[in-house]
Amino acid sequence: MRDIAVIGFHQTPARRRVEDLNEVEMLMPAIHGVLDQLDMTIDDIGFTCSGSTDYLAGMAFSFVSTLDGVGPWPPIQESHVEMDGAWALYEAWVKLQLGEIDTALVYCYAKSSPGDLPMVLTRQLDPYTVGPLWADSVSLAALQAQALLQSGKATEADLAAVAARSRKSAMDNPNAQLAWDRPADELLAEPYHIAPLRKHDCPPITDGAAAIVLAAGDVARAKVERPAWIRGIDHRVEPIHLGLRDLTVSESTRIAAEKAGVAAGKVDVAEIHAPFTHQELILAEAMGLGDDVAVNPSGGALAANPMMTAGLIRIGEVFNRIKAGTADRGVAHATSGPCLQQNLVCVLEGES
Amino acid sequence: MGHERVAVVGIGQTKHSATRGDVSMAGLVREAAQRALADAEMTWADIDAVVIGKAPDFFEGVMMPELFLADALGCTGKPMFRVHTAGSVGGSTAIVASQLVSSGIHERVLTVAFEKQSESEAMWALSLPIPFTPPLHAGAGGYFAPHVRSYIRRSGAPDHIGMLVALKDRQNGLKNPYAHLHEPDISFDSIKESMMLWDPIRYAETCPSSDGACALVLGSEKVADEAAAQGRKPAWVQGTAMRSEPTLSAERDTVLPLGGALCAADVYKQAGITNPRKEVDAVEMYVPFSWFEPMWLENLGFAEPGEGWKMTEAGATALDGDLPVNMSGGVLCTNPIGASGMLRFGEAAMQVRGTAGEHQVDGVRKAVGHAYGGGSQFFAMWVVGADKP
Repeated sequence: MRDIAVIGFHQTPARRRVEDLNEVEMLMPAIHGVLDQLDMTIDDIGFTCSGSTDYLAGMAFSFVSTLDGVGPWPPIQESHVEMDGAWALYEAWVKLQLGEIDTALVYCYAKSSPGDLPMVLTRQLDPYTVGPLWADSVSLAALQAQALLQSGKATEADLAAVAARSRKSAMDNPNAQLAWDRPADELLAEPYHIAPLRKHDCPPITDGAAAIVLAAGDVARAKVERPAWIRGIDHRVEPIHLGLRDLTVSESTRIAAEKAGVAAGKVDVAEIHAPFTHQELILAEAMGLGDDVAVNPSGGALAANPMMTAGLIRIGEVFNRIKAGTADRGVAHATSGPCLQQNLVCVLEGES
Repeated sequence: MGHERVAVVGIGQTKHSATRGDVSMAGLVREAAQRALADAEMTWADIDAVVIGKAPDFFEGVMMPELFLADALGCTGKPMFRVHTAGSVGGSTAIVASQLVSSGIHERVLTVAFEKQSESEAMWALSLPIPFTPPLHAGAGGYFAPHVRSYIRRSGAPDHIGMLVALKDRQNGLKNPYAHLHEPDISFDSIKESMMLWDPIRYAETCPSSDGACALVLGSEKVADEAAAQGRKPAWVQGTAMRSEPTLSAERDTVLPLGGALCAADVYKQAGITNPRKEVDAVEMYVPFSWFEPMWLENLGFAEPGEGWKMTEAGATALDGDLPVNMSGGVLCTNPIGASGMLRFGEAAMQVRGTAGEHQVDGVRKAVGHAYGGGSQFFAMWVVGADKP
């Protein structure tokens, strides 16, 4: 494969409610933040790809307005996915493989605050059967957590430990929305939110945006001292129907991790897109991550969970650590759909 | 890895109609996909990845519907990707799928585009109130009518050109068993007498709202060579291009958009085409309102600006003309919005493979598929040919 690297990343600070800005205004600082970081303009970009969903914006073709903000004039090569920005990055990576362009801008955003997010997400379910039951995303995650507990693979204390570690790590993340330092045993004393999940097992609801710049070979080396090279990237999907899946494992993540080559070297850091505590345990096992891996030093999706964006942020967080030299090899993961239906795994490395 | 060769080796589509009440969305996409697989003599197990495209999710009222369609499209354990680039999406989806093969990542990719418009009301889904934006139009026709009026003023085209396009496309559609509209009694006079919806666009010059899906199987050079050896002719992808421009920008010319012209120039360069009018044998372009035929003939370089209507008037774009346009009946006969671009790309491939049946043009070596979307600002094109690039 052609050598492609992440060379820049910028995210907006995660906020529960961005009321004073529309989507375009919220996104622009992310795009200009990453371009400014690299002393680039939109004219230096060969291909632009974005990820967002009309259902959170509340209008058809919402991505058209944000593209206007990018300033696509003269006309540009551009595409959009109704998926998390991590998949927009995948499309840009494929496009870069063709060898015709050397740079790509990837951006994504969502404002979840105008609606009732768990209710909005019920519109993803099979519209003929499950959708009319309005089974919300937190309740479905609770079913998965219950299945995991009953399988004996994890305990409620394991879930609380994930929550405690993630929120504590988030204290070092200036973009985090939810950060605190509380011992796991204290968390266990709290009442259930939707059993067996407690509030701290669930992600915050977040408005936010993020952007990444990719570059090929020497273009990447000329721009930054330590690019994060994409050594493997793959994504897989499973049926949406919960009854067709063993919810205590993530088969799609396992395949994607194998194809992306996670096991081909030592993993220093893993940024896992696990909105719920129990999902981190399932995903870490699916990717075969050992106890020596620093998992979600940013706090992960438990610290900030902007829809359509939290996956791309995972790639950005691994890039930040490789760029800073605190990690040589990292794994980033993104998920979509109810109970980890669809998963993407990306292996990033600094040049040694 | 570089640029590997890629070809269309399977094509399928549903019977399109106003309401496909006999199938769910899953049934609809599966009907098209199974026909494409049968055409390619493949099974679900042969497919490495699936790329799905459709227009806004509000058209069916399902958020990211590819998630619930995943198992119906045989995606379990495979990569599944969802593209959404406005009305050009059917074309861009096919292009994204082709890149999964041309990049060398996959050998066999299934791509599917659909819309089930009967689930909701597209005209009003497209007319949502946007804060601080005056609600000046109702649906796409209201948006595009001023562009058409501007074209008529600039080109001096006579009034009847739009009606000639509508008559030709509806008559071509009679030869296409999958087309939504089959109007055997259509005539110039019946079009002229139909209701004026958005002046100068009459009811009979407007696309229908359709339920339908289209699917293509894209294969690597090895896969396509094997198909050819077994007598199934591949349509080789000789070039693909996409361009986007802003909705609101003072520099824009919505009658003759720069994005469309650049997209065409890019795809012709890749396909080694220097004189499109002479070298291209057939074109399927996205004409949702009749007047867009002469407008796109100019934008895509088949005619000089202001001259496209003369090709239409002279019959050059008829099935027996020297540059047949919309042999299938086009968007004017069938418009499942998200699939409409892929239907154009698929028809271009059918013409090259010689499998278009009654609407087949003799001896097509190179064909163009074209789609556009948004406010004439998103463009996707490909050139497919009988010859390996």
